[in-house]
Amino acid sequence: MSLPRSSRSLIPRVSRRCYSSAPSPRAKLNLPIDYKSTPLLHHTPSSLSSVPDFPAAATSKRLNLFQAINSALRTALSTSDKVMLFGEDVAFGGVFRCSMDLQTEFGSERVFNTPLTEQGIAGFAIGAAAEGMKPVAEIQFADYVFPAFDQIVNEAAKFRYREGGTGINVGGLVVRMPCGAVGHGALYHSQSPEALFAHVPGVRVVMPRSPAQAKGLLLSSIFEHNDPVIFMEPKILYRAAVEHVPNEYYTIPLSKAEVIKPGKDLTIISYGQPLYLCSSAISAIEKTMKGVSIELIDLRTIYPWDRQTVIDSVRKTGRAVVVHESMINYGVGAEVAATLQEGAFLRLEAPVKRVAGWSTHTGLSYEQFILPDVARIYDAIKQTLEY
Amino acid sequence: MSSRALLLRSWRATRSSPRAVTPLLTGSARRWGSSISQRPGSDRVLFPGAVNSKFTTEMSFLKGSDLPAIPTYRVIDSDGELVDKSRGPPDVSDEEVLTWYKNMLTVSIMDVVMFEAQRQGRLSFYMVSAGEEGIAVGSAAALTPDDVVFAQYREAAVFQQRGFTLKNFMGQLFANCNDTGKGRNMPVHYGQNYPRMHTISSPLATQIPQAAGAAYALKMQDLQDPNRERRIVACYFGEGAASEGDFHAALNIAATRSCPVVFICRNNGFAISTPTLEQYRGDGIASRGVGYGIDTIRVDGNDVFAVNEAMKEARRRALSDGGRPVLIEAMSYRVSHHSTSDDSFAYRARVEVEDWKRRDNPIIRLRKWLENKGLWNEDLEQETRDSMRKAVLKEFSEAEREKKPPLREAFTDVYEELTEEAKAQMKELKRILETYPDEYDLRPYKDGAKGLD
Repeated sequence: MSLPRSSRSLIPRVSRRCYSSAPSPRAKLNLPIDYKSTPLLHHTPSSLSSVPDFPAAATSKRLNLFQAINSALRTALSTSDKVMLFGEDVAFGGVFRCSMDLQTEFGSERVFNTPLTEQGIAGFAIGAAAEGMKPVAEIQFADYVFPAFDQIVNEAAKFRYREGGTGINVGGLVVRMPCGAVGHGALYHSQSPEALFAHVPGVRVVMPRSPAQAKGLLLSSIFEHNDPVIFMEPKILYRAAVEHVPNEYYTIPLSKAEVIKPGKDLTIISYGQPLYLCSSAISAIEKTMKGVSIELIDLRTIYPWDRQTVIDSVRKTGRAVVVHESMINYGVGAEVAATLQEGAFLRLEAPVKRVAGWSTHTGLSYEQFILPDVARIYDAIKQTLEY
Repeated sequence: MSSRALLLRSWRATRSSPRAVTPLLTGSARRWGSSISQRPGSDRVLFPGAVNSKFTTEMSFLKGSDLPAIPTYRVIDSDGELVDKSRGPPDVSDEEVLTWYKNMLTVSIMDVVMFEAQRQGRLSFYMVSAGEEGIAVGSAAALTPDDVVFAQYREAAVFQQRGFTLKNFMGQLFANCNDTGKGRNMPVHYGQNYPRMHTISSPLATQIPQAAGAAYALKMQDLQDPNRERRIVACYFGEGAASEGDFHAALNIAATRSCPVVFICRNNGFAISTPTLEQYRGDGIASRGVGYGIDTIRVDGNDVFAVNEAMKEARRRALSDGGRPVLIEAMSYRVSHHSTSDDSFAYRARVEVEDWKRRDNPIIRLRKWLENKGLWNEDLEQETRDSMRKAVLKEFSEAEREKKPPLREAFTDVYEELTEEAKAQMKELKRILETYPDEYDLRPYKDGAKGLD
């Protein structure tokens, strides 16, 4: 759209974005995440080969999260004719570009647009999975998954249980959705409803933290498990997080947490984008409190979750902080804290602390105050260490 | 117990349950007033689900494509001339038409300025309504101030037509202290108490069944108070949203409960990238109204008079015979990108869009009509555009400088009163802000950290 010259000259240009929460000029903790240097991403091919999850001697390419999802989907579509990909605006590449070029490569029978109906998309996917296909359904935003809640909670999750002796199940069904805040999504483009799905036995809930993790976890969701999977992609990472991703097929097991960074004094348990905030808070605290080392665990699968890895870690460190973006009330942190209270009670040196979104909605102007940030995580670590 | 005995027992249980005992069933073989039975020798079906269907020996499947497409009502053509010379001119005063024109123009000028402002990073998001101003203004002009509106997100001109000021628009767009939404919603999610237009909600189609329920509430209240003017609900949505389950639920429940609601579908051809061919296969959205037993019309959305006349008649019908829903499908073309987050040239040809812009648009069409009548000319156009642009920019810069609401508004209104938990969280947030003052820029917020008290 062209703008008449007169008004162009009337709105003077400004250099910074004034609408979103710009960092405070004096901030030392709440700085924008530097994805180019964060230790959470594989900046070189050599760092990939040191991780057992990845195929040995694989070639790799630097991809951001949406490209890694695209690569996983392309790999899945070429691996099996049973894989189908559909959702709103999927044909032209998707609003976040995850399905770019896939319709051209695999045809409109397997990669296609659906009408605008989340309950229809989920139900359609469940039916296709029940009859032997591997449907990967895209919900445009996690905020818009709720019309599909009935299909997911009452149908997908209960399918195998209800069918019982017929043995029919909806394995291979994956419902993908972008989730999480970006700083200006407000009430309906920010939500992370993983706890709502994690309350429902029968669906697996997965949230990757990075491009290479996403590809392995997504392929695992499609091929390695016969359970329906809710696959939540932190949309702020689609473009921001770039790392080396193996070119070939590989999987990362579901329901297996990963100790990203070992430590001896305190365990942070998190998943998705807040891991980057945790990592920044850890390096700040390890600088200011000499000799302290913090262990960082990525749950990767939120349910059914890897309780043993978390309990083992806290039995070792004696202190735990759980960090997630969605609201604290009845959230993942409550489940983790309760499990630790049962599984590591005698080793706990301090109460398990939760840093999470406050119990409110993500009001546009207040997002940076509602969601966890580095300062709040730093403060929680400090309080827990000094308890 | 045998299965037969089980069945018998459950049958007896049903028989003896209090719900089954009604006065009508206790006497002789009396019938319910609404009961339907098949008369011997009848030439038509009297099943409960289809009460007047003739029997036929010819097996034929109905095919929508064999039926003629539902026609599109128009009053003026793309040259701004009355199409049917035998009818009178539109029953609207010159003064009112000029107001409509200026309202459409205001929104279109605001759209250009705000779209560019978003591109400059001045606000996070914006959606223009280019090409659809006529639907909004023409329909809203047929409403009374007491009527209630549920809109989607491309109806800024409905707000403009119903008294929303530039200050209101800019306050919302910049989420400042003047925003009735208290800085919580994304841009273009306007709301107003009176004339009532419920605050826009991003999820699609959720407002449609709500509109049916709201219309039922108005109907009940107006029945209980016969002295008050009858009111309707006007509900706006796009053809994409009409694929959601909520749309179907809404039309059906509105029909069965005879709700005074007018559903206005803006069919602009695209749901983000998805063209109508991949959205539905029937004759637009209008054909569905007929299926739900709803009076339905399709109108030319570029013709503000056609929209207005259809809406006036729809409103009259909605209030007649104790109330009933009406569906208007207004045809247009989304000449803009879906939003500032979208680049529509990734899925449609630029030339197609330029063609549509050139061929027809509600503002140019009304301008031609006004010029044909001698009510408008190039000088007035330039003068009006200049003063509107100045007014928009003045409110723009004032709104941009205005403080954001205090931080407590992040927590208020979740419940009627702050919960004990919310109060504890506000206290904890304040402690953080005071412990780490360098980490937060509180200058944009009214009262800074004290805004949490």
